[in-house]
This record gives sequence, C-alpha cells and structure tokens, in this order.
Amino acid sequence: MGEAKPGNQTLLDIFRKMALLKLHDERFRSLLKSGRVAMPYYSWRGQEAIPAGLSAALRPDDYICTNYRGLHDSLARGVPLRELWAELFGKAAGTCKGKGGPMHITHPKSGVMVTTGIVGSSMPIANGLALASQIAGDGRVTVATFGDGASNIGAFHEALNLASIWKLPVIFLCSNNLYAEHTKFANATAVERIADRAAAYQMPGVRVDGNDPLAVYAAAETAITRACAGDGPTLIEAMTFRFFGHVFGDNDAYMDAGEKSAAMEKDPVPAYRLRLLAQGIATEAQLADIEADIASQIEDAERFALESPFPDPLELATHIYAEQLA
Amino acid sequence: MSAEPKPVGMIAALNRALHDAFAADEKVIAFGEDFADREGGGVFGVSNGLSTKFGTRRVRSTPISEQAIIGAAIGASLVGFRPVVEIMLMNFTTVAMDMIVNHAAKLRYMSGGQTHVPITIRTTTGAGFGIGGQHSDMLEAWFAHTAGLKVVVPSNPADAYGLLTSCIFDDDPCIFIEPLGLIRSQGILPEPGYRIALGSAAVARVGSDVTVISYGRQVGDCLAAAESLTTEGIRAEVIDLRTISPLDMHTILSSARKTGRVVIVHEAVRSFGIGAEVSARINEVLFGQLRAPVQRVCGFDCPVPYSKPLETAFLPNKDKIVAAVRATMAT
Repeated sequence: MGEAKPGNQTLLDIFRKMALLKLHDERFRSLLKSGRVAMPYYSWRGQEAIPAGLSAALRPDDYICTNYRGLHDSLARGVPLRELWAELFGKAAGTCKGKGGPMHITHPKSGVMVTTGIVGSSMPIANGLALASQIAGDGRVTVATFGDGASNIGAFHEALNLASIWKLPVIFLCSNNLYAEHTKFANATAVERIADRAAAYQMPGVRVDGNDPLAVYAAAETAITRACAGDGPTLIEAMTFRFFGHVFGDNDAYMDAGEKSAAMEKDPVPAYRLRLLAQGIATEAQLADIEADIASQIEDAERFALESPFPDPLELATHIYAEQLA
Repeated sequence: MSAEPKPVGMIAALNRALHDAFAADEKVIAFGEDFADREGGGVFGVSNGLSTKFGTRRVRSTPISEQAIIGAAIGASLVGFRPVVEIMLMNFTTVAMDMIVNHAAKLRYMSGGQTHVPITIRTTTGAGFGIGGQHSDMLEAWFAHTAGLKVVVPSNPADAYGLLTSCIFDDDPCIFIEPLGLIRSQGILPEPGYRIALGSAAVARVGSDVTVISYGRQVGDCLAAAESLTTEGIRAEVIDLRTISPLDMHTILSSARKTGRVVIVHEAVRSFGIGAEVSARINEVLFGQLRAPVQRVCGFDCPVPYSKPLETAFLPNKDKIVAAVRATMAT
C-alpha cells in the first residue's frame, strides 16, 4: 500500500535510473550542439525523479503509454540503449527500425506500448490496454504519462471519465513542469492543482513532489494497489521543472528571470545522490561505479548507433499493413 | 431438401456476423454508444442480443466520447484483442480523427512492425434521410487517403456479412461503412464464418460496352441504370468495389481494358474523391486505350442539404448514371 519503505536494492535501482536519464540527456544534448545529429529534441532534464520512481514501482509486465517528452520513461523502463540510440539516429537497428524516431519509441518487451507525439493521446489508448487487462484478468496495470498541457485537451477528460466508470486498472501520471510549450501553467489552466481535476471523475487525485523519487514511488505503489484491487484509476500530479525548455534550442525568453536557475538549484539527481550518501545507503565509490558503468553503456550505444547502417529505401513500403500491398 | 433460405435485411446480416465472430473468438470485443442491450443494442439494433449472450465484459455501452471509444479499442488491440467499435454516424468519426489517423493507422509503421492495431470501426451514414449537413456525409476518401487504414463499404447483406467478418479478423485497422440507404435491403445470409477477401471487387453485372464502377448504396442505382440501358442496346458492366482501400485495380483495369469506357459513381462529393483516384489510376495504365474520358457521377460539392428537393438533387441517381453513360458512349 505504499507504506512499506523501498529496500536498499530499490533505492539503488532508482539512483541507477536517475543517473542514466541525466547522463543520457547530457550526452545527447552535447551531440546536438556539435551538429553531429539534428532533430527536434525535447529534453527531460530536471524531471528524472518521476520516471525513476514510477518504473521502480511497476512490475516488469505492466504497460506504459508515454509522450514526446517521454524518452525518459522508455529509458527507465529498460528499453535497450543500443536499439534506442539507433532509433534516435534513424538507423535500421533501431527499436522501430528507424521508422518511428524519438517521438514514437515503442518496445513492447519493456512494456513501452505507445509513445505519442500528440498531446493528450497517451490516455485514451492506455485505457484500452487497461481494458484488455481487466477482461483478461491478468493483474497488469497501465500508466499513461503526460504533461500539464495535456490536462487541458479533451482526450484527458474523455479518458478519465471512461476509466472511472469502467474502473480500469490505469494510472494517469502528469508531470507538471509548469509550462505547456511556452505558456505558463497558471495562464492556461483553470485549476491550481491538476490533481483536483480527479474529483470531477470520482478518482483519487494526489499531488506529489516530482523532485522526490520516493514520493513518486509511494504514490505509484498506492495507485497500483488500488488498480489491482479493481478499484479503478488514480490521477497523480508530480510537480517538476524542465531545465532546457520545450524543445532543444528554446531560448527561455518566456520564463521569469531567475525561475529556471531557482529550479535548477533543486536538481533532483544530485539531491537524491546526496540523500543516499547521507543515509549510508551507498558509498561514494559505489555510486561513482554505477555512473561510470552507465557512461560506458551510453558510449557503447552511441558508437553502435553511429556505425549502424541506415534502413534500405525499400523499407519505406514495409509495415504499412500486415501484408505488403502492391 | 432444405427449405429455400429466407432473405434477411442488412441489420440482421451484420448482427449475425457479430454474433458469429464473438462465438468464434473470445478476443473479439465490442463497444459503442447505446451499444449494449440495456441501451437498445446500437442505434439501429445491429448489436442486438450481443451483450445478453456474451456479457458486459466483452460488450459495453460507452459515454458519448468518440476519442475514448477508439482509444480504448486501439489499446486493447495492441495486446491481442480484436475490438469492434460502433461510431453511431460517420460524421462523429471527425471528433476522433487523431485516434484514427495518428494512432490506429500509424502504430504498425511507426513501431517498425512491433505492434499493430486490428480494430474495426463500424459506422453508418448517407444522404436522403433529412438529417442535414452534420449527419449524412460519406467520408471514405479521408480514410482511404491515410496509409495504414483499410476502408470497406458493402452493397448488400451477404457482402456485409462476409466483409465485416473479414474486417474483424484482419490484422489492420478497418473502417467499415454501413450505408444508411441499404438498411432495408434484403439478401440471403451466407454460411457462418463466410468471408470476402478485403481488396477484392465484384463484377455485379457483366457487360461489354462501358464499365460502371461504384460501391455501397449506388451499386443498386448502377444496376438499375444498366438494366434500363439495355433498351438502348448498351451493355454496361457494373463493378462493385466492396473495398475502397486497398483498391482492386486488377478487376478495374480488366474491365476498363475490355470496354474502353468508364463511369465512376459515388455518393461522396466529387472533388478529391474516390472517383478522382480511380480515374487517375486508370489513366496511368490505359491512357490511349480509352475511347472516352472517364466520367464521374457524384454527390454535389456542397454540404448535404436538409430540404428534400435539394437533398435529392445532391445525390447521384439512376437517371444521372444513364445520362453519363450515354455521354461517354457518344464520345
């Protein structure tokens, strides 16, 4: 029920995920800056605690539907780095054979069923996965992740209503990073707390500190227990901040002076690292080893992706239908 | 000697197809507005008896939430279910276009084939019933224009059974359009489990002078036109496409090559429609072999009007088809 404190193994697992997300994002942004790769890139830096806490609470066969700023969800769920990097580079060895790209990472083996580039669309589809679990009685839960902006689109409201009346085993996890593209949350949203919107659909709505992975973990555990008991969905609002704007190259001109630097001072990754050290969960050497291991995995994935071939142009015509039509 | 089979209507044929599919495969599920028996078994009763027989875990009524309906179908289909959803009228698909076009159609491709979306979206529509501009449109061209979707329109109850069964068990997302004007049409119910391959047109009437291509409700108009043209010595071949996408170009080209004259008939508005695509594909292959330009008889390029004389003028009919055939024969 979320009262049980996560064990040391889980605490270290969360650290590993957070370190992976931070190092991955840093490395990828440096590549973008160098011009070796170009794409619309939606950095998640600053939001690491949310996917790390969530995925530590999920079971391996649970499902997730994520969104364009959701590469961190895929990484935290364990999508293999080589395939993921190859996909980012549009290579044939990518998770989606280079046909999806960063906004459409799919990897059912890791439970990543859909990554949508359309704001709000993770939620109606997550309901369907949860419906499948409800009918099959397989005990899985499905998580839809989305941002604060998505709580203003119709799909959010249709999906929450249906999930509630059908008591679907689904969790709606909103990362509220206070901006929908360039528009302030407060200027675009009629409620102060997205969690309050849960009341309209008769489900629990909880707001947690999205910089604290253990708060996210506890909220997710409670929601998973509720879903598995057949009591239906939960809306979780995790408060956070994105450090690098909406899309790579964003000049942040729409933010208040000092807002971003204040948020960056509360960077969740070093904060969690210090916490593990202060509580004696791990030594400096142990954490440094984890980070070095991740850095070498990223280096390996990058090399693999760069050296991999692009898809054959004939691939254009495959996977449109079950059978290739003339 | 078994008794001569009794004709059934379109709704009964569709209802039978759903019941048979549910009995054949427990992964078939279905939902929509007013869909379960408590709410009437669908707007026209197509799902009558389904929830009573197979239970409300598999057969459900939904809120008026088309995005949620199609989203739920997509999600369940990703993990092995075969959802059949009813969108009450085709115009209401427009509020769920994101789910259909951005997701159902593309997830197989964007995932590199790791996932696919075997859903069937059943919907009904058609002009001529005084329900005006937002409840009558034939929008098949929109969906046929999106790679990844299959688009199917039956013209009679037996085909409706066979095509719906194929859609339900097809591994791609299918838009299945039930023409409102055919609700009272009668036909013989095929054997249980009967399927018509998607992408195969039917030659509804054999002829040698002109090829008349249509689908759905207008197939009947075309057959009536062909019959009346015999008095003028014109032998028209009528092709019922049955599936808009994928398009059976083999059957179309074989007939067009034989007759050298083509008239395409559909209820949807003319501009940028199925007729334009079929005409273009014929010209790509048979330019120079045709004896006359391809003609189109279509809905007028306007919203479907309410007033009866206007609505009648909007629609293609037998006389307009006859006139187009005469024109092409005169060329």
